Amino acid sequence: MTAQDPLTAAATPAKRHKPLPDGMVEKRGAGLWLTHLGLIVGVLFIFFPIWLAFVASTVDQQEIVRPPMPLIPGDKFFENYAKALTSGVNAPVATMLLNSSIMAFGIALGKIAISLLSAFAIVYFRFPGRKMFFWLIFLTLMLPVEVRIVPTYEVIANFGMLNSYQGLILPLIASATATFLFRQFFMTVPDELAEAARVDGAGPMRFFFDILLPMSRTNIAALFVILFIYGWNQYLWPLLITTDPDMNTIVMGIKQMFPSGDDIADWPVIMATSILAMVPPVLVVIGMQRLFIRGLVESEK
Amino acid sequence: MATVTLEDVKKSYGKTDVIHDVDVNIADGEFIVIVGPSGCGKSTLLRMVAGLESITSGEIRIDGRRGNEVEPQDRDIAMVFQNYALYPHMSVFDNMAYGLKIAKRPKAEIAERVAEAARLLQLEPYLQRRPRELSGGQRQRVAMGRAIVRKPAVFLFDEPLSNLDAKLRVQMRLEIKALQRKLGVTALYVTHDQIEAMTMADRIIVMNAGVADQIGAPLEVYANPRTAFVAGFIGSPPTNFIDAALFGQSDGAGQIGLRPEHVHMAEKGRLEATVGSIEALGAETLIHLYAANGAQITVRQDATQPIPHEGETRALTWRDTDMMRFDPAGRRV
Repeated sequence: MTAQDPLTAAATPAKRHKPLPDGMVEKRGAGLWLTHLGLIVGVLFIFFPIWLAFVASTVDQQEIVRPPMPLIPGDKFFENYAKALTSGVNAPVATMLLNSSIMAFGIALGKIAISLLSAFAIVYFRFPGRKMFFWLIFLTLMLPVEVRIVPTYEVIANFGMLNSYQGLILPLIASATATFLFRQFFMTVPDELAEAARVDGAGPMRFFFDILLPMSRTNIAALFVILFIYGWNQYLWPLLITTDPDMNTIVMGIKQMFPSGDDIADWPVIMATSILAMVPPVLVVIGMQRLFIRGLVESEK
Repeated sequence: MATVTLEDVKKSYGKTDVIHDVDVNIADGEFIVIVGPSGCGKSTLLRMVAGLESITSGEIRIDGRRGNEVEPQDRDIAMVFQNYALYPHMSVFDNMAYGLKIAKRPKAEIAERVAEAARLLQLEPYLQRRPRELSGGQRQRVAMGRAIVRKPAVFLFDEPLSNLDAKLRVQMRLEIKALQRKLGVTALYVTHDQIEAMTMADRIIVMNAGVADQIGAPLEVYANPRTAFVAGFIGSPPTNFIDAALFGQSDGAGQIGLRPEHVHMAEKGRLEATVGSIEALGAETLIHLYAANGAQITVRQDATQPIPHEGETRALTWRDTDMMRFDPAGRRV
């Protein structure tokens, strides 16, 4: 669920692009097997907690509570998942998944759209205060959501956006990182391309949509994956502004399923929810993998 | 097809002048090469004609109409860039068609014009490829094609051959020239390569530090350089410059320019020099000699003539009519 998994996955296929001379990096014989053994152990080590969560989501409450914990999936898979999806603990997981998806897509797409446009403005237009605006955007890098959370809450509350998708998305939609990334990319695009487009009669926006945007598509894909996961994993902000269970997002929803006081935790359902919360980011990563890797390792010339 | 007129064109960035009063009339269908060393303002001048750089003062007229404030796409020009500036994500066809698409031409007309340009440039098998799947020469052709399909009044070339290898450069040089003749389009061509300038141009403009030192037909410029700079820049190997005081015949001249092919070795001559190094090129031989005052003199002679040994002292001679006298400021006397 973290950004780490796709990154480690990205490193291996990317290397395959270039054939390596024998014996230099590729190990033969025992070395090869040792390397694989090490990697497999590493993968199992990382994967074990996820496996435990999955097992816990397929058994019933008694089996979890009674030690030792089972390591083989039980027979309550459909029952637990159906319960989680339709009723959950506070709100049905299906609703929370939908909320999270809307928020994550909104944040990712919004961030990309805004940062593409602001990077375009900063790189290709000469206007008074251009440098200042760039540094202002850059400065926001140093102010994460948590630092400005009180004033932001105030603003959103005054706009009446509590318990709404706008409220979830808008405060997180500006991205200095993405703006900076696109700025760097645009600066590597030769000036002659812009000039050729001018001679061809393309206005600035036409140039942006016809040439700059298709050229940055690998960068966009890579950013989309990262930003989607960023949006999906938002915890504090949704927790603050959504009081209505129907607006809960899944990441905060899991926490809220934990019992307070003497309530009994429905661990199989909580675990099923955790596994479900993992699915969309994994799908996004797998779906965008090829573009994502290209975006990280090469810039199209 | 159009005439291009530059009238007292000037360009300055703040207080630095980069182009000083360039004045030239280009006839319809003429091939003009702007040549000069790097940083002389030749590309800037071309970009001013294209509309990519503003004009500080003076006027640029394309086909008689003032073009200073006209946007590049409305100037009826097409430009070929040094690095080709092909859109990397578009196929060759789309690259060539892009300008026409923006001009909202009917699809059939676009297809026809691109096909015609592709046929002319032998690009037909590559129309669906991406630029990165093409060789340097093919990319060059695509860039030309993009210019041709627009059917512009003026072609502008900004060092289009400098990214190609030597052999391809010679071939493309001929092709561009032939194409321009065939289409009859006025062309402005910027290069730092004086051989390109000599071989392609109807007239050349030799630029030196923002000034058009000389404008004229290539052979005229070669035979009668107006300044020492032009004499030194046009011609390879470059003109020899000898201090006029060495001969006592100053008559206002600071230095004397002599083309290498005009200097001969003889029994008795006007100047004694020691043979430094020899370059035998096959058809001709270049002999580099050093005069007593340290001046280097290059002699170009036919391969059939005897080659002296290094370290020998030889007498050099030349005809009076071959001497080009320049005053201390570099102007021809």
